[in-house]
Amino acid sequence: MSAVQTAAARPVAQKRRAIIRIRPAKWVLNLLVVLIAAFWLMPTVGLAIISLRPEALFQQSGWWTVFSAPSQLTLSNYQTLFAQGFASGGLLDSLVTSAEITVPATLLVTIISSLAAYSMAFGRWRGRTIMFAIIIALMVVPVQVALIPVIQLYRGFGDLTGFNPFGTIVGVIIFHVAFGLPFGIFLMNNFYGGLPRELLEAARIDGAGEWRLFSRVVLPLGLPAAASLMIFQFIWVWNDLLVALVFLAGNKHHPLTIFLFDQIRTLAANYWILSTGGMISILVPLVVFFSFQRYFVRGVLAGAVK
Amino acid sequence: MAPVTFDHVVKRYTADLTVVKDFNVEIKDKEFMVLVGPSGCGKSTALRMLAGLEDISEGEIRIGDRRINDIAAKDRDIAMVFQSYALYPHMTVYDNMAFPLQMQKMKKPDIDQRVRRASGILGLDNFLNRKPRALSGGQRQRVALGRAIVRSPKVFLLDEPLSNLDAKLRGQTRIELQKLHRDLQTTFIYVTHDQVEAMTMGDRIAIMNAGILQQVGTPGEIYDHPANLFVASFIGSPTMNFVPATVQDGTANASGFSVKLPKPVSAASGTLGFRPEALTDRIVDGGTSMDMKVDVVERLGSDQFLYGQVGGDQVTARIDPRISVAPADKIRLGLDTRGLHFFDSETEQALI
Repeated sequence: MSAVQTAAARPVAQKRRAIIRIRPAKWVLNLLVVLIAAFWLMPTVGLAIISLRPEALFQQSGWWTVFSAPSQLTLSNYQTLFAQGFASGGLLDSLVTSAEITVPATLLVTIISSLAAYSMAFGRWRGRTIMFAIIIALMVVPVQVALIPVIQLYRGFGDLTGFNPFGTIVGVIIFHVAFGLPFGIFLMNNFYGGLPRELLEAARIDGAGEWRLFSRVVLPLGLPAAASLMIFQFIWVWNDLLVALVFLAGNKHHPLTIFLFDQIRTLAANYWILSTGGMISILVPLVVFFSFQRYFVRGVLAGAVK
Repeated sequence: MAPVTFDHVVKRYTADLTVVKDFNVEIKDKEFMVLVGPSGCGKSTALRMLAGLEDISEGEIRIGDRRINDIAAKDRDIAMVFQSYALYPHMTVYDNMAFPLQMQKMKKPDIDQRVRRASGILGLDNFLNRKPRALSGGQRQRVALGRAIVRSPKVFLLDEPLSNLDAKLRGQTRIELQKLHRDLQTTFIYVTHDQVEAMTMGDRIAIMNAGILQQVGTPGEIYDHPANLFVASFIGSPTMNFVPATVQDGTANASGFSVKLPKPVSAASGTLGFRPEALTDRIVDGGTSMDMKVDVVERLGSDQFLYGQVGGDQVTARIDPRISVAPADKIRLGLDTRGLHFFDSETEQALI
């Protein structure tokens, strides 16, 4: 009762003053945000429209003419690309190859990072601080520096076991996992470190062993961190060109990035394929992002302590 | 449903940081034992060693006849209620309470029956499907209790479970906890820094200070016969009066009065102690009396406390609330020597 009254009876003068002071600033800010967003979206919008225009029009007029003549929009580029089917070297084959690399590389990094971070954050073994420092230090190693040594490592492994991962999708996955882990462990460890210690102690007293402590308490609570790690790792692997280019040399299946790269020729480029394939390559991470977004719940820990 | 024994238990973090020193207590089966002391006195550490959350540096802890030093927390058959409640935020109230039973791989119908019984006892029936974040502090506290009682453990550990509740709820929960203890017929070990909780709830109280056990006894014993100066000052509100005194021929001489000691002491000087309720407006012929210069008057309705000077010493008295006294008044008070204590000036141990 009293709360309602105070809210309603709050001095009108104060409210009016707030309007005068804040409204214009907020208005300007909003406009600014919209302008920045529009500016950054422009190339993507252009790409999307190009992919929806007939190939022949590309040379004749700019994509913005679409606003005066919307009738030029067509799905024919997409139809042509998809009509090629799963022939090796085609778009759909590349899409599948990209997924074959990205999905295992993302899942493995998330799972291994979570387990390693659990051990780092809650384990009691000697030397884990040093171990953590070493892993953090690994984050600064540039990919380019590691390419040749890893190829040699793969060859050595091949000599030893008869399976040389170089040139195979497995080899690319291993490389991505190895390079994703330091950041993954760092991210997960930081999140786990913020979990209230009493929660784990309570679970221990309640009879949980290490595995169930991890699977029933720590993992579910770490979902927001795991989801962000998955998105980071997915986008990083999905957009990778360099590693695939080096490690899949000679393989007839290529990820989407190489497929698009191949469309750029010295004198001309298949702009219609570039724009259409580019849109498809953007859509997949977008879908991943939005489907994991719901795990970014703020305040997962609300109600745990106090 | 088991006694608990602390046998020469020591907790040492580094060579010069010992937080629990030679701790010996026997807690009887079904007893409500309160560990009380100021913060940092080692009471929580003692409890955590029993729970299996801290290693035991030296000595031995037994539950029943079983030495538990090397037994993992999950196998000790204990339940603990944390100060922060430590509820699983991603689980419903029901799942929070079912969790320890699921860990024991109990069958679903049995779990259901136990959880519903506990929720009935604690009045949580309407909240079983809620997450902890949708509960009030008092309800969360009861979920934490529920999670402990579903297991029917051998020993209940409670680490300052009431300190996050507001004063009114704390009073209620204190009574509920005592009822719960009576109904469950289980050993309770309760850690608190609040002497009121200790006095009202404990069958026995163990008082700790600076890692050392000071005294173990019933609330009455501890209140009437504190073993040393620390216990005497820690228990009771307002605190006991302490007045330095010299002893000559069985009489203690303080700056503002003299009193014949009820028992001879060997020391030549020490500290006289008497609770405010021993210093009243009742003056007995031939008894000890003194003059107080009143500084502050505190009326509580049922009581009236006077804070003032007797000789050179600060003293508190409890007098009949109907007597009207104002600050700066002089009033004559009588001392009931049955409530007199005398502490050695060196060892601080009680001599009387």
